[in-house]
Amino acid sequence: MKPELQPEGLRKARPWEYVVRFLFGGVVTAATGAIAHGWGPAIGGLFLAFPAILPASLTLVEEHDGRAEAADDARGACLGSIGLAAFALLTWGAAGWPAAGVLAAATLVWLVVSTAAWAAWFGRRRRTGPARRSARRGAVAHRRPAALR
Amino acid sequence: MIGELALRFVLGGVIVSAFAVAGELFKPKTFAGLFGAAPSVAIATLLLAYWKKDATYVAVEARSMVVGAAALLVYSAACVATTQRRGLPVWLGAGLAWAAWGAAAFGVWGVLRLAGAVA
Repeated sequence: MKPELQPEGLRKARPWEYVVRFLFGGVVTAATGAIAHGWGPAIGGLFLAFPAILPASLTLVEEHDGRAEAADDARGACLGSIGLAAFALLTWGAAGWPAAGVLAAATLVWLVVSTAAWAAWFGRRRRTGPARRSARRGAVAHRRPAALR
Repeated sequence: MIGELALRFVLGGVIVSAFAVAGELFKPKTFAGLFGAAPSVAIATLLLAYWKKDATYVAVEARSMVVGAAALLVYSAACVATTQRRGLPVWLGAGLAWAAWGAAAFGVWGVLRLAGAVA
């Protein structure tokens, strides 16, 4: 399995869905600042990895593509969180560098580590692997009446 | 303080939206899901920490973020489990899983603090 670009995916989402994500992201970022202000950077730092938009994303994925695809999205987030830990470790170790350099390098490390973790976990599977099979089950479930899901 | 919160809100909203758009551009969903754990809140917050505070403050936040990221792994795994339960609405399962994030983050943080590894 290989990741593929699908620009048409942008057309699936309606404008209000991006507004929801903007609001979630804005509220969590502002709240994280308030927490750090009140309880200090050690507690505030925990919330830099708070699952801010994942609940909204999973709900929207389920609405568009079904429950099994939402579960796949969460599986991807598991691997992305490994990259997020690498982001934090690099920032911690290199905090004394210029801000733009640290954050750019850390973001690149997040992308590389996350993609490598994905390739190691899912890259060798064919599209008929376990994640695909559960997706097909979910597609069937998605067509059922809501009360039976 | 209000001005700073407003700035955080706008910056956080823009960066989170940008990563959300990036996630929509890829398939399969297991790959797109990587963007659900993007460092969107972290970039906005650390950028402002560099501007308003100093490198020591940033290092303390980043150290705690390592624990938060481990808790996010627990949260995401909990979401895989709750999303597969057909009787449970996805939004409710993802909301309940926040408890798993809190327990993991503050549990590990508490243990590290008791062990003297963090102040």
